[in-house]
Amino acid sequence: MPGKLKAKIVAGRHLPVMDRASDLTDAFVEVKFGNTTFKTDVYPKSLNPQWNSEWFKFEVDDEDLQDEPLQITVLDHDTYSANDAIGKVYIDIDPLLCSEAATVISGWLPIYDTIHGIRGEINVLVKVDLFNDLNRFRQSSCGVKFFCTTSIPRCYRAIMVHGFVEELVVNEDPEYQWIDRIRTPRASNEARQRLIFLMSGELQRKIGLKVLEMGGNAVVGYLQCFDLEGESGLVVRAIGTACTLEKISSTLPATATHPSNSSPSKDMKEPGFGEEAPGVPLSSGPPTPLRAQTFSSFSPSKSYSRQSSSSDTELSLTPKTVGIFLFPSTPALESESSPLPSAHLPHHLWPGMASRSTTPPPLRLSQSDTAILRKSVSFSEELLLAASGMGSGGSAGKEGGPLKALLRQQTQSALEQREYPFFTLAAFPPGFLLHVGGVVSARSVKLLDRIHNPDEPETRDAWWEEIRQEIKSHAKALGCHAVVGYSESTSICEEVCILSASGTAAILSSRFMQDGPLDTEHRLSRQPLCVFSTGSERVEGDMGSSASLGFEEVVSPGCGFCHIPYDELNIPFPAQLTYCYCCRRYKVPDVLFTTIDLPTEANVTGKGCLIQARLCRTKKKAQGEGNATVISNLLPFLEYELHTQLMNKLKLRGMNALFGLRIQISVGETMLLGLASATGVYLTALPSPGGIQIAGKTPSDITYEQHISNMQKKINDTIAKNKELYEINPPEVVEEIIGSPIPEPRQRSRLFRSQSESSDEVSELDLSHGKKDAFVLEIDDTDAVEDIHALLTDSPTPAGFYSCNTEIMPGIQNWTSAIQMFTSVRVFRLNANLTNQGLNKIFSDLCENLLKSLYFKLRSMVPCCLCHLNFTVAIPEDELIQVAVTAVAMSFDKEQLLENGKQSGEKTLIKAITENDEQLQFNLELNAETSAPNPLSSPKGLSEVGSHLSARDRCSSWIEQLKLKAHTIRRGSVKTTSSMEKASPLPEGRSRSLRSNRSYSGSSVAVVKMTPLSFIPGAKIIKYLGIINMFFIRETTSLREEGGVSGFLHTFIAEVFAMVRAHVAALGGNAVVSYSMKECVFMENPNKNQAQCLINVSGDAVMFVRESELESTSVQTQSATTHTSNGAEGT
Amino acid sequence: MSVELDVFVGNTTIMDKEVYQLWLNGYTVNDAVKVRIEGGVMEECEASAEVLLSDTMDQYRTFQMCERLLHHPAKLANQLLFQIPPDRQAMLIERYYAFDDSFVREVLGKKLSKGTKKDLDDVSTKTGITLKSCRRQFDNFKRVFKVVEELKGPLVENIRQHFLLPDQLARDYAAIVFFANNRFETGKKKLHYLTFQDFAFCAGQLINNWTLGAVDNIMEDMDVDLDKEFLQELKDLKILITDKDLLDQHKSLVCTALRGKTNVFNEMEANFKNLSRGLVNIAAKLINAKDVRDFFIDLVEKFIEPCRSDKWTSIDVNLYLTHYTNSVHILDTFKHHAVWTRYMGVIKSCILRMYHD
Repeated sequence: MPGKLKAKIVAGRHLPVMDRASDLTDAFVEVKFGNTTFKTDVYPKSLNPQWNSEWFKFEVDDEDLQDEPLQITVLDHDTYSANDAIGKVYIDIDPLLCSEAATVISGWLPIYDTIHGIRGEINVLVKVDLFNDLNRFRQSSCGVKFFCTTSIPRCYRAIMVHGFVEELVVNEDPEYQWIDRIRTPRASNEARQRLIFLMSGELQRKIGLKVLEMGGNAVVGYLQCFDLEGESGLVVRAIGTACTLEKISSTLPATATHPSNSSPSKDMKEPGFGEEAPGVPLSSGPPTPLRAQTFSSFSPSKSYSRQSSSSDTELSLTPKTVGIFLFPSTPALESESSPLPSAHLPHHLWPGMASRSTTPPPLRLSQSDTAILRKSVSFSEELLLAASGMGSGGSAGKEGGPLKALLRQQTQSALEQREYPFFTLAAFPPGFLLHVGGVVSARSVKLLDRIHNPDEPETRDAWWEEIRQEIKSHAKALGCHAVVGYSESTSICEEVCILSASGTAAILSSRFMQDGPLDTEHRLSRQPLCVFSTGSERVEGDMGSSASLGFEEVVSPGCGFCHIPYDELNIPFPAQLTYCYCCRRYKVPDVLFTTIDLPTEANVTGKGCLIQARLCRTKKKAQGEGNATVISNLLPFLEYELHTQLMNKLKLRGMNALFGLRIQISVGETMLLGLASATGVYLTALPSPGGIQIAGKTPSDITYEQHISNMQKKINDTIAKNKELYEINPPEVVEEIIGSPIPEPRQRSRLFRSQSESSDEVSELDLSHGKKDAFVLEIDDTDAVEDIHALLTDSPTPAGFYSCNTEIMPGIQNWTSAIQMFTSVRVFRLNANLTNQGLNKIFSDLCENLLKSLYFKLRSMVPCCLCHLNFTVAIPEDELIQVAVTAVAMSFDKEQLLENGKQSGEKTLIKAITENDEQLQFNLELNAETSAPNPLSSPKGLSEVGSHLSARDRCSSWIEQLKLKAHTIRRGSVKTTSSMEKASPLPEGRSRSLRSNRSYSGSSVAVVKMTPLSFIPGAKIIKYLGIINMFFIRETTSLREEGGVSGFLHTFIAEVFAMVRAHVAALGGNAVVSYSMKECVFMENPNKNQAQCLINVSGDAVMFVRESELESTSVQTQSATTHTSNGAEGT
Repeated sequence: MSVELDVFVGNTTIMDKEVYQLWLNGYTVNDAVKVRIEGGVMEECEASAEVLLSDTMDQYRTFQMCERLLHHPAKLANQLLFQIPPDRQAMLIERYYAFDDSFVREVLGKKLSKGTKKDLDDVSTKTGITLKSCRRQFDNFKRVFKVVEELKGPLVENIRQHFLLPDQLARDYAAIVFFANNRFETGKKKLHYLTFQDFAFCAGQLINNWTLGAVDNIMEDMDVDLDKEFLQELKDLKILITDKDLLDQHKSLVCTALRGKTNVFNEMEANFKNLSRGLVNIAAKLINAKDVRDFFIDLVEKFIEPCRSDKWTSIDVNLYLTHYTNSVHILDTFKHHAVWTRYMGVIKSCILRMYHD
């Protein structure tokens, strides 16, 4: 059962003239849901009809409510002939099915026709009365919230993260049905649009059911894709992360609870907007350290000998509903899980773990405690303390080892039990992500055949299953139990399909999930407690809680995630390890590639920048299986070269880590395209990258030598210039200060890049350029020369611009409210008979020129950063390359940038130099505090203190110190501390000064903002109104008249934007966050004067309030808090 | 090898003022690129000619897509296709409706018909304004004319409301509409020295004083046509020149007042009857539509030229007209004081405005 859908048609405006004689229109409207249709009266002779209809009521199953869109058709009444359709509006009513989202859809929506585009607007009102359905066998999943955002949405708190959900549905593509031959293009397009609407509704419902089964109430990082497989059908598939979210009420008064709502989980996400997830990393990453390829159908699994040892762990696969094991929410379960985990552990997985504990344990476990758990937890704390104490010496503590292993295994085991320990999230609450292993990816080439039975999409399911299994085993080989920043994608050409999946192998803490509900309870019941815990939430990584626990470095979020999760002696791939440059205790790799966003708490030196590797490979035309074989043979080389390029470019910029890595491989009839995009940064924890050295092959030739040395000089200059540009001045002093035993950098060794070597065996590919301190490029042929030239042709971003493909750029926080989202598409026609080199150059130039154009277009926003630059490449036809970019340009304040730059430099210095020092100070502070009745030894302890009113003052002074400290050390932390403003009167003045730095352009225009990011600078998202997932087809038979291909596509994209904005506004929102254009398929036939384009966009509709407005409406104390948080964002 | 398709769409529509102006001026994309390159934008932004071309094409396309909205500026505010901040919208409209004085001088007072439009290429050659730009300006005049023609109420206000134009521009359009409607002759050689602003000022005077809307507040009629009744009454002024006594009396009054106050007193005295006849005849003939058209020529021929040949300064003219107007009220047999004031008020300010080189 049951729900009642009500719709009312109010009016129309700007309708097209349908009657040439009178220059007017006799319009009426059909409202259709499922099989029921209502009609309004005809409003004669008007282009601005006022129907003011009654409420049309549909009584329907909630299953249908989820699957079906409301379809509104505007027609022109014609007495003598058939009525002419003016256009349609599809309304997704899903947002109305969730109590926390929108309650009504009301507003002007564009009337859309697939041939003519937008033709006027219609004003409608839509409501849903939903009755409770307690039927446990129900097929609907109303009320499950969906978010495209790949982090915990801003006004929610994650109580539990259940894990991976996936689903796919298939159908025949109406475009390829026999009936398509006799129907009009309009009818065919509309059939397709409607089908896809239905399919995505169904998909969402099914995913929702899975979430309910797991006990969750939301899907975060929801990524839905279409595979237009042509003849063989249409696949709609989606992945996401099931969570239990709790809304943070933002209307609470500014009492002590205020901090908790303004900061805790929001803060986790928000500090300085530091870390957010890139919208939807679609493609797969490269097997950074780990080479991982599935050519399931064509190449035997020779690729991965290393994994074989771990394969048996897959026995532990259990049904998907294991969220409860993983994140036990009941004390009983929890306590059980801590002490005796090893029982169900695949022990052999961690050989050497017991003896060498270079891998830090997931300490977070212990902080989650409830009263019941207290004991066992403190027990483990002590042990851990001992363990890390030993470990801090640099080598493994013997007692520590087993315990760590144990703790780790327990998280591990829980994760083991789920089918796929994957998370589509790319940004995490602090403390959730413990260690990052590296990028894992898998690809597989498949031959498409007709989907015979749409109800049983087994083949497609099986394909993805294979790939996910492979990803999982790769992660395992990296010593990781989870994959984060996970995404899947396809590329289809004729009957060949490349399936790709990629993610970042990682070790997660179970504590975040465990303490969720209890944590909430604390917050609600004991406010002073929450004052601290919220305050510390952010700081805790730095020093607060962990310092108090005594094993701070282990969880030190600034570097902790860089520490290798795998066993040093059993490295799954060749890599050069050094001791962490931050804490000096744990080993870190020399280079780190990930698909996730830069964690907020990460210590970064300088700024980041977009790094792209671009590659084109010709291939022979082939059919069927032969074609697939050719492609799968080419893939490894493509990936290898992309990887080499990335690595070279990274070194050229003097950086040592990549975030948000996304590799897209696109297949065409005669070529393969590879595009890898990532944001390079210099992680303070990782060693400084060596330079690049060029070696000639024929050293006897003097002119040649000269040439080489010229080139070498150029490269060195570029590196130096880049270092300056990105403000990379890593503190050189660290070594003396810490004096820790860093192994001497090995002598430079060579990497021979030659085809013969790499073609030997896929599994033998040496992708880890890590061994080398300096990187040697051997010039053995003209190709190599070209490559080096290509390396140097990447022009730097013009002054005032920064670019990244992650949510934010490290080192910039003081965004102004000026944002500009844009989409740019280019199609390039190639000449026939190009060589690989020629193609590469063209492709690379295409991307570079596109970027240059963007910089030029957006020059008025300088200083600004292009964030979340998301490139998608496609080969729509032979000899055509299509590149589409969606990104957002955000301005920032320059003065503050400088200040900030200074501060961050300072920060890293302090961080690096005084790691121990810092800890000491805090211990001192804590000691001073011991006069308080309760020891402030842990966040929990503190919070207990806080519960006494008398303790508050003392607490505040401590907090004040903490805050000051935090301020100097960590850019984002002011924000959190600001939430404690209430408790400490002192910082008022400082917060003012922060405020004064920042000016908001106060006026808010009635516009809808769009951004691929999960936040709006200078604003607070107060409500998520539902997911926007729209699919449009546009076709024209008068291409020239519409301004050619560019005119046609320009109009269409503008129309899509307009429709998204209108629907968001109708939901009551004023912005779309996590917006992405997931599909843009453009086909043209200039000879016939025709073109067709399909666009699929998605995002989260939200309502935001400018922080300046918040201030004006809130009471004094509250405003103080917000002010500071502004300031923090501004710092 | 070529870029087949190249588009950029922002959520907020990006429009470069400079490119907009080039587009409005009717430059082709390539010419616009050249102008931009010369303008030095490339060095400023480290861009290449290619980038500039792509940007220019893109902007041109955007403007073309916006153009139909600009024809109904009110739509620009509530359309959904382009998200344009209000200040930008105002800029777009204002610039779109802006016109070149040299162009408007060519078509001022002409019928806004197809025939005139066909002659625009001549205007284009003559003024050096591109044909495209001429067409836009002409179409703007015509569009405004068509809309306002049928509307009741004050002309300037109507234009401002329907086309969302700033006050000054709305006034200029009112002048253009007024001139087009009454078909005032402005193209004669003798009138060439007058600028559009001179005419616009005069049009303002006429609209404010001689139309029906000027006396009545009844919104029934429009500001576009002159008050017929008033024109009829103007014939009564003829008595000032036909009645010999009145004429002499008038002359002596004026001369008495002027004596010693100006260097050109002798010329004034000598020319008084001529000038007076000229002005009163203009008034008397205005009832004929054809003579309305020649209003400005007549003013120049009958008054301005004689004065100018006698080297009157504009102070002299002002002095003369002031006394000329006021003295009439002392004439005891003259009855048409209201009409005289209404007539001479406009004539005086028009002549003063037009009295320059």
